[in-house]
Amino acid sequence: MSAIQNTRKTSSRSVVSRAISAAVIVSLFTGCMMFARAPKDLDYSRTRQSEAGLYRGTIRPQGDSIPQGRLQRWTLHLETVGGAPVDSATVSVDGGMPQHGHGLPTKPRVTRALGNGDHLVEGMKFNMGGWWVVKFRVNATPGSDSLVFNVKL
Amino acid sequence: MLRFVSIGLVAATVISAAAVQTRGPVGPRWSKADREMLRSLSLASLGPVPADPSNRYADDTSAARLGQRLFFDTRLSGNGKVSCATCHMPSRDFQDGTALAHGVGTTNRRTMPIAGTAHSPWMFWDGRTDSQWAQALGPLESAVEHGGDRTQYAHVIAAHYRDDYETVFGRLPMLDGTPAHAGPVADSSRAVAWRRMSASGQDDISRVYANIGKAIAAFERRIGFTPSRFDRYVEAELAGRSHTTADALSPDEEAGLRLFIGKANCSTCHNGALFTDNHFHNTGVPASTSVAAVDSGRAVGARQVVASEFSCTSRYSDAKSEECDELRFAVTEGDELLRAYKTPSLRGVAERAPYMHAGQMATLADVIAHYDRAAAAPFGHSELKPLHLSDTERRQIEAFLRTLSSPLAAPVGYLTPPNVPKQ
Repeated sequence: MSAIQNTRKTSSRSVVSRAISAAVIVSLFTGCMMFARAPKDLDYSRTRQSEAGLYRGTIRPQGDSIPQGRLQRWTLHLETVGGAPVDSATVSVDGGMPQHGHGLPTKPRVTRALGNGDHLVEGMKFNMGGWWVVKFRVNATPGSDSLVFNVKL
Repeated sequence: MLRFVSIGLVAATVISAAAVQTRGPVGPRWSKADREMLRSLSLASLGPVPADPSNRYADDTSAARLGQRLFFDTRLSGNGKVSCATCHMPSRDFQDGTALAHGVGTTNRRTMPIAGTAHSPWMFWDGRTDSQWAQALGPLESAVEHGGDRTQYAHVIAAHYRDDYETVFGRLPMLDGTPAHAGPVADSSRAVAWRRMSASGQDDISRVYANIGKAIAAFERRIGFTPSRFDRYVEAELAGRSHTTADALSPDEEAGLRLFIGKANCSTCHNGALFTDNHFHNTGVPASTSVAAVDSGRAVGARQVVASEFSCTSRYSDAKSEECDELRFAVTEGDELLRAYKTPSLRGVAERAPYMHAGQMATLADVIAHYDRAAAAPFGHSELKPLHLSDTERRQIEAFLRTLSSPLAAPVGYLTPPNVPKQ
């Protein structure tokens, strides 16, 4: 998993720079990062713009809070930056805990398009508290891009 | 005289109150986040036993009574001497207190306890089955555990449990002409006999076999935990009540709890009311010196559960595919699975040495020292990092863990052997 934390008010250049350095750290210390602190200025917004700016995505977990240790279904709303819903897209899901160097405990998938830019994400699960990152790789007519969300449990 | 009695009563009341109220409202205060963590760890946070859609008999009390009898019946073994209770001893929290389990032979793993497992999506140290009923079937056919086979067990049901079985599951298949011993087991003669059976004959027997597991699961899912001193402590803390002798933690126990949810990071994986995230982790546990075979943990277990004849999505499951999400979305490959083992519940942990998946560590102190030291894994990558705990801190964590013991909760009569009909 790449290091993919994003923060508010951070230039795209510095995001890339931080991502690369964090990726190096994670790759060096995979499996022994259990106690590093999460960055303080993480953006936990549920609506994010994709890394290359092609899409805007919104995650809608079931209910207001994200439960720990239970499988859940999410809706991912996808639209272009111009606001047009994206229904026809290939979307894969990845993620994990950057501090711990491990991935998601499950292998979630986008199982179907619900219409109006909404996509059903099944198999989401978080087995411990803390900072998680969920990354959607989107491939649709506007191009390939990644949407990255920080999640706190 | 009356006044004397009255003074005596007042004095007795004062003494009694002093004895009960061990500490006033002023004590160590927990932060809001700490209190939420304590609440999440408390047994009061454990919801009801979740439904098992793969076992439509799970909540059938007749199935549970049958399952209890099967659980204790040594006729369900190759040598007539081994029952589930041989290793899962009710008097020892349904485990056996030995590093490796001893049935017909000796296994490569430590016996796991049963209480609370109805809440877990994965069974065994490597999660190679995804339900209690599928778990129960593994040892029955293992050459080193029960050492029996499917047709043998079907014959036992027909001879000794026909009425009870048919009340729950419907008619038994005709067993005329069914070999006395046959099944997909290691023993070659019994495996050959199994292969010679027709597909429909095999299916009939496998369905009886699956139903044996479902009855045992109906029994097992009723076994849980009663509140421990830790749970009573949390209840009092959250209610803002003074602690009594029944719900107080000593200063060392309290310090150990603070370390458990703080510096020592135990609650990262040992989370929730059962102190387990129900997931698999490589924590650098050394290989057992008593086991020759290489043990890759979840890396093998994940493949096995996907291929399992008795998984949630199998023909013997009562669930629809969409009710098997744990299996549908399971991680089945990747380095993280290598030598990863299921996080065990810590409820009652002080009562069940030795520890780890092959009983590699004799005492709780050894386990805590292992997590403190964070040695490299024999292979794969350990998730641990050294904790740098002091001797006192390690001792305090152990003291806290000892507050998690409590009697098991089960319907009346479930924790003792039932009257098994004699042959």
